[in-house]
Amino acid sequence: MAIIRDIMPAFELFQPATIGDALGLLDQHGSDAWVMAGGLDTFDWLKDRIKRPKVVIDLSQVGELRGIKEVNGGLEIGATTTLTEVVRNPLVKEKFSILSTGAELAASPQIRNQGTLGGNVSQDARCWYYRGGWKCYRAGGNICFADTPTAVNREHAILHADRCVAVNPSDSAPALIALEAQMVIRNVKGERVVNAEDYFVGPAINITHMTVLQPGDLLTAIRIPATWAGAQFYYEKVRDRQVWDFPLMNVASAMVVNGGNIEKIRIAVNAAAATPLRLKAVEDAVRGQPRNTATGEMAGKLAIVGAEPLRYNGYKVPLMRNLVKRAISGVEEPKWA
Amino acid sequence: MGVIETATNPWGQSVPIHIEFYLMWVAAIGGLAFLMVHAIYVQFVAAKAAHSAPVSPAIEARYPEKIKRHSLVARLFHWVMSIAMFALLITAFLPRMGYPFAWVTWHWIAGLVLTASVIFHIFHASFWMDFWSIWPDKIDIEDGKRRWLRATGKSAPEPRKFAKYPMENKMYHLIIVLAGLSVILTGVFMMKRVRTPFFTRNPYLFTDFTWGMMYVLHGLAGVGLIGLIMAHVYFALRPEKFDITKSMIGGSITRDHYLDHHDPERWVVETTK
Repeated sequence: MAIIRDIMPAFELFQPATIGDALGLLDQHGSDAWVMAGGLDTFDWLKDRIKRPKVVIDLSQVGELRGIKEVNGGLEIGATTTLTEVVRNPLVKEKFSILSTGAELAASPQIRNQGTLGGNVSQDARCWYYRGGWKCYRAGGNICFADTPTAVNREHAILHADRCVAVNPSDSAPALIALEAQMVIRNVKGERVVNAEDYFVGPAINITHMTVLQPGDLLTAIRIPATWAGAQFYYEKVRDRQVWDFPLMNVASAMVVNGGNIEKIRIAVNAAAATPLRLKAVEDAVRGQPRNTATGEMAGKLAIVGAEPLRYNGYKVPLMRNLVKRAISGVEEPKWA
Repeated sequence: MGVIETATNPWGQSVPIHIEFYLMWVAAIGGLAFLMVHAIYVQFVAAKAAHSAPVSPAIEARYPEKIKRHSLVARLFHWVMSIAMFALLITAFLPRMGYPFAWVTWHWIAGLVLTASVIFHIFHASFWMDFWSIWPDKIDIEDGKRRWLRATGKSAPEPRKFAKYPMENKMYHLIIVLAGLSVILTGVFMMKRVRTPFFTRNPYLFTDFTWGMMYVLHGLAGVGLIGLIMAHVYFALRPEKFDITKSMIGGSITRDHYLDHHDPERWVVETTK
């Protein structure tokens, strides 16, 4: 396949100034429209000439989509708020530090300056077979090149694979799930709000999409309720290159501990499956248990039940077990012990 | 706009990958158009079906009121197969129509039920049923020609009464056998491409071209089945066919229906005297 790289294909560019204008354009152009926020996912696709939308709707001029405001003790973060703005925001740091940690571990400073929170949660899979332009399941074909006897699949899924084995690469997504965040989606017909864990779609349901967004939809904001403000947080990301890289896996937990026992907890991992996974079974198992190494070990073993590693990603099973263990028990023990 | 979608594989070859999915709408709309045209034709154009001479009361008295048409086993097979077929169509096409759900596992489970029921049917029909009764014979073909000529206003001898199965039943069976075996054979191989408890995945079992053609055949037979099932349900619900439909539930047709439509010499049934 001859791919002409680094040459932008022709498309019609719109730069709406309001959400209303953006929604009107999305409604007008439907599935022909490509929504661009920071452009970091978009330009890869376009310059590789693998995706060729007729229309690109650049959201950078829509001021309403940007900014962080306090709402009822929680936060509402505009979808095009940059990751750097999230990282530096004092309210996020003070109340929901798990999100600033997750956002700060995404990519590099330059990318965080340009990349948005909405883009980080909505970005496409990073499977290189898919990104390489091969007509795999996710691209509408009939094969997963990453799940063959000879495939290079070190970064791929160990859980919930269904034909496609790509993973969700977002660093902010597990933090948002742990914080019980809600995604505000608008289209010309109105607004709907979905829980963060329901925002993501696995290949079993829709193999060509990563999120519930349909043509005409726009993620406008992310709401974080006050529920977990000031809770005990844990976030850890493991990656090949510490300078900047997508996660091999990450984990985020929020918990309320009372008298040494876990009273309330939410925990999520990402890069283990095609969607960020909220570990409900783990939450149920550790609730009421002491926050210690024994509970963490039990939680880690429970988290990996059903894992089906591919040829080269077997390491992800103990990785997930240990990340969950540490997220539950805390950081008393040295990393990678 | 073609019929087959192609893609370039890692070796630079252009290979088929599946049918274009608009074909499911072509099949559905085509099926609906056929039903409407047929209903209008029967209602307003077609002459009343005529068969050879009516049966005398003496002959009528030789037959029981209920004539057994389908055994319990045959009926169970039919309904198991039809549930599997509907499950297959729903799981295959509903996600394509914009109602996404986790369909793959349900699809191959329904496919295995269909496969098992068809294998059972082949053995049952071969050794316990009158195997040849469902295949068109020389008389069916001759009478088919006669009906066609008469329906198009030309002169032809009156067609004879049917054997156990009318010509259209036999033709439908023939087509459904072709479509059904196509989806079953290709579907069983396609299970090697997904995770099931039965096989180790191996997408390299065949060449990309062979796999592609398998997906194309599976798709063509699948969309064909949309139209075929629509026609089957339509005919099952038509008033003049309803006796036959009821026999697939209760097992029997009435003596009147038997003597009106079937030739006792071609379909020999138990008599009372």
